[in-house]
Amino acid sequence: MNLADLSSNLLYVAFIAYLIATFVFGGAVKGNKEGTFKSEKRWGRVAITITVIGFIANLGYFFTRWGATGHAPLSNMFEFTTAFGMTLVGGFIILYILYKTPVLGMIVLPVALLIIAFASMFPSEVSPLIPALQTNWLAIHVSTVVIAEGILAISAAAGLIYLLKVVDLTKRSKQRFWLEAIMYSLVLVLGFVVVSTFFSATGYEAEFTYVDKEGADAAITYSMPPIFGMNEYVALTEDAMTPLIETPALVHAGKLTTVLWSVIVGTVLYWLIRLVFRKRIAALLKPFVKNVNLQLMDEIGYRAIIIGFPVFTLGALIFAMIWAQIAWSRFWGWDPKEVWALITWLFYAAYLHLRLGKGWQGEKSAWLAVIGFVIIMFNLVAVNLIIAGLHSYA
Amino acid sequence: MGEQVKQKKNSKKQKRAVMRTAILAILVAAIGYTIYNSATAKDVSLLEVGDKAPDFALVDLEGNDHKLSDYEGQGVFLNFWGTWCKPCAKEMPAMDRQYEAFSNDGVQVLAVNIAQSDFEVQSFADQYGLSFPVVIDKTKSVMTAYNIRPLPTTVLVNPEGNIERIITGEMTEEDIEGFMEEIKPE
Amino acid sequence: MENLQCQCGHVNPPGTKLCESCGRSLTEKDQNSKLVDMRYEGTARRSQTYNKSIIDKIWNFFSSVKVGVSIIVVLLVAAAIGTILPQQAFVPATTETAIQEYYADTYGSIGRVYHFLGFHDLYSSYWFIALVGMLAISLVIASLDRFVPLYKSLKNQRVLRHPSFMDKQRIYAEGPGAEDTLQKAETKLKELKYNVRTDKNGLLAEKGRFSRWGPYVNHIGLIIFLFGVMLRMIPGFYIDESLWLREGETRAIPEVPGYYLESKNFELENYSGEGEEEVFGEALDRVGTVAKNYQTDVVLYQKPEDALPGADDSQEVVKEFPIRVNQPLKFDGYAIYQMDYRLDELKAMTFALTNKETEESLGELTIDLIDPEDIYELESGSTVELLGYYPDFSGFEDGEPQTATPLPNNPGFLVELTTPETPEGETSFITIQNTVEPLGENDYKLAFQSVETRDVSGLTVRKDSTLPILGLGGLIFMIGVAQGMYFNHRRFWIQQKADGTILLAGHTNKNWFGLKKDLDQVVEHASLPAYTDQQDEIDKAEKAEKEGEALS
Repeated sequence: MNLADLSSNLLYVAFIAYLIATFVFGGAVKGNKEGTFKSEKRWGRVAITITVIGFIANLGYFFTRWGATGHAPLSNMFEFTTAFGMTLVGGFIILYILYKTPVLGMIVLPVALLIIAFASMFPSEVSPLIPALQTNWLAIHVSTVVIAEGILAISAAAGLIYLLKVVDLTKRSKQRFWLEAIMYSLVLVLGFVVVSTFFSATGYEAEFTYVDKEGADAAITYSMPPIFGMNEYVALTEDAMTPLIETPALVHAGKLTTVLWSVIVGTVLYWLIRLVFRKRIAALLKPFVKNVNLQLMDEIGYRAIIIGFPVFTLGALIFAMIWAQIAWSRFWGWDPKEVWALITWLFYAAYLHLRLGKGWQGEKSAWLAVIGFVIIMFNLVAVNLIIAGLHSYA
Repeated sequence: MGEQVKQKKNSKKQKRAVMRTAILAILVAAIGYTIYNSATAKDVSLLEVGDKAPDFALVDLEGNDHKLSDYEGQGVFLNFWGTWCKPCAKEMPAMDRQYEAFSNDGVQVLAVNIAQSDFEVQSFADQYGLSFPVVIDKTKSVMTAYNIRPLPTTVLVNPEGNIERIITGEMTEEDIEGFMEEIKPE
Repeated sequence: MENLQCQCGHVNPPGTKLCESCGRSLTEKDQNSKLVDMRYEGTARRSQTYNKSIIDKIWNFFSSVKVGVSIIVVLLVAAAIGTILPQQAFVPATTETAIQEYYADTYGSIGRVYHFLGFHDLYSSYWFIALVGMLAISLVIASLDRFVPLYKSLKNQRVLRHPSFMDKQRIYAEGPGAEDTLQKAETKLKELKYNVRTDKNGLLAEKGRFSRWGPYVNHIGLIIFLFGVMLRMIPGFYIDESLWLREGETRAIPEVPGYYLESKNFELENYSGEGEEEVFGEALDRVGTVAKNYQTDVVLYQKPEDALPGADDSQEVVKEFPIRVNQPLKFDGYAIYQMDYRLDELKAMTFALTNKETEESLGELTIDLIDPEDIYELESGSTVELLGYYPDFSGFEDGEPQTATPLPNNPGFLVELTTPETPEGETSFITIQNTVEPLGENDYKLAFQSVETRDVSGLTVRKDSTLPILGLGGLIFMIGVAQGMYFNHRRFWIQQKADGTILLAGHTNKNWFGLKKDLDQVVEHASLPAYTDQQDEIDKAEKAEKEGEALS
């Protein structure tokens, strides 16, 4: 087995460990019916052990891949997103040691699983570095960013737990709607993973040629049955499904097709869950957060941001600027990725001012932490896949 | 409240008002200046009328050196051009005629070609029968020093060695005559 | 607003919440609350003291956190809008009208509206700069307004506070004490690295006051950073030029007087996917070629200061250097970056003088497209005379061949071919695609043999004198953030009443857990009365109340 294969096997190990740990954490919280701390502690200990084993495997994946490629595995969508999942778990382990909160694991680990699964939908073969990336700044800048985002995401998880506990699900309210919207969007990611895995397992492929927005001829391979057709498409694969709608050149019908499939499958999954349990997903989780110490969750959320914000400043702004000055001759160029890093930073700055200056604690602060995570995910997913700029390789 | 206390309070109040006005004024001025700069500053350190014309030394087609400072006391009609540039070619004959007329009045014409080959420049000069010196700026250093962007650009240097006028684009014969008149030594 | 006189006799500025001297609550609201609001030590923000003139009103506006956060949010939204469509800098169009057309053509009516609103150049629009400027004003004023009174108040802290101040602190204890309690507490607190001051029957222990300056320090860092950004707009601080340099060319570096750059060689290397790179095979198969390196090997020349532009002599080699991505050439405060390239521009063409009928060659000639010669003499005694050279031939005008640019993209030659057999010469006009014989049918032709090419390096010339200022700003910001977030300001007030009763209060701006840990040690050593966390009490009471509601 060569290093690259070992690396991907270690990632599987990590994935499975996290999956098991999720349920053990869930059991630890759920089993603790009387609110006694004992059983929660015992099962919590088992769960964190499994998590740590997974994390070690995850680190093993990271460094063996580093060895195989000769560069820090942070250079494309698959590598960055996987690392994000890893730092998320790493951040959780540290906070678990400090605060002993199994319920946090029950929320963080599934999210980390989703993120790693999402990452695996991107091409994962080891790829060479383009000249702009051939520098130590790749490791310095990207690893700092990914650690910061992992920590900041913990605060969103704490915020989510806070909201699950305080939002009254028995009454119709804006809060109830948005909380369920968060759950729904997580299921959509699952939908994306399921549908991608299904079509790649069945080996679906359909090739088309089309005319791009510059008027040039181009080719595209769909890995899902084309719902949308590219501008002036011509099918090359014979038995391919005929696209239902042809989009103008500006719209990338291939990506749109993937999005729609994910939404369809995700929505079906969501309603299946709703029908089977006859409850909102938020309500399903409610029993797990019954014994949560709200003040502690608020504290964890705030702590995570206090640590994450300076690290983010350092990685996503300061190191980014130094590297941009070296590689692109200017430290700032209003590239979409740069702008969204600035937006993230401004957002957390606003969070801190509202919390420290205006006394926004508890629920308000929890909502903000969740929104912060949405911004981070937007920068990771949408900016890369939709608004391509200089960073489009990452 | 005593008179003294009131006075003290008033002076304190005044001091504070002055402080605040000063700080606000500085900040607003800085922002205004930044906006003004970003709106106007397309190119930094552009040459302007009245500036000292940067000195240079170039060689003409006959192999003679031409140093701008050697022409002090004369007006210098500095024309930047290229053979591919149609308006440049169009104004050449008129420039040549006006050069004949003004050369005895102390007006020198220097046609600075931008980094083309000797062959191209020579054939062009032969074709148009140019009588004024044609020099080639092989490394574009004079072009850089004068910050020349579009061609043709003509820089009028007065007898004192200062820039009298910068003309971008094609000139008519009347223009050229007028410009030469402008830089003619007294 | 009137000044507020406290019961202790101290006159406080209007807006003060806690008496600057003894700590009594001054407003009815504060008097009735269980805990005091210790933010900014209960001092009056300076802006709140006067609200009369227009200057004061503007000042107050920018002093507010609400306004500051609003500016941040507006800025954030504006920045996001700028990423909806690419900015004009990323668009393949240069002139105003071309840019406008590009947005309209590519993005339809959305693009038209986007361009119309000026969002295509959002980040250098006057209103965006004004927004950043407002943020700067807010940073300065809000900081000044809070820092000055906080500084004064912490500097002039009194040891003895009024009991009503003490019992409204989150950490509070009251109980009997021994004679040496205060002394013991003092020793232990000093051991824990607290600064202890005593006054009559009380003591004040304090640690980490400097963490309170953190926010102001990081704001100073941001102001310095923004100041640096402003400086870049001043001529001379910032240079951004581009330079296309062809192999073999020596060019004056734009905006860098006295320096010249020669390109010796440009090189582009792609990943092969073989040998050590075998691991990348799969990825390379998927995406095609991936560049491994591109670089321009340059020689940097400098002319002596008194040398004139254009003069060829006396240039000295300063440095030979391969410019690569991530490895700019640096000299004298300037940097030159490898940004772009164009491969295979024509450099020289080789022809054979050939008899059209017999195909017999009378010899070859190579025309340097950059510096052609007048006449080419072949060994056979034949000559090829160059009558005209049109590097980028674009057609005829009045029978005259024209060139569109000075670059040899489509070279055209007007030549006279003289051979021993045709001593009077034959005229021919040659371009890459075809040959025209304007003066009648010729016996000889120039048959194209081969071409030499050269590469063009796209370089960027940069000077940015503001970098040290920006770096300093960033550094100060990080120091300020660390100072404010990772250290905390802890204080204990202890008083012993005449009857021996000990009053104890504790406060920290964050990390109450750490404060309690310190206090536990002191309590044990000095046998202080047990303390309570009054916030916990309040929370518990609230919770009980809620549960009570739920039950009923």
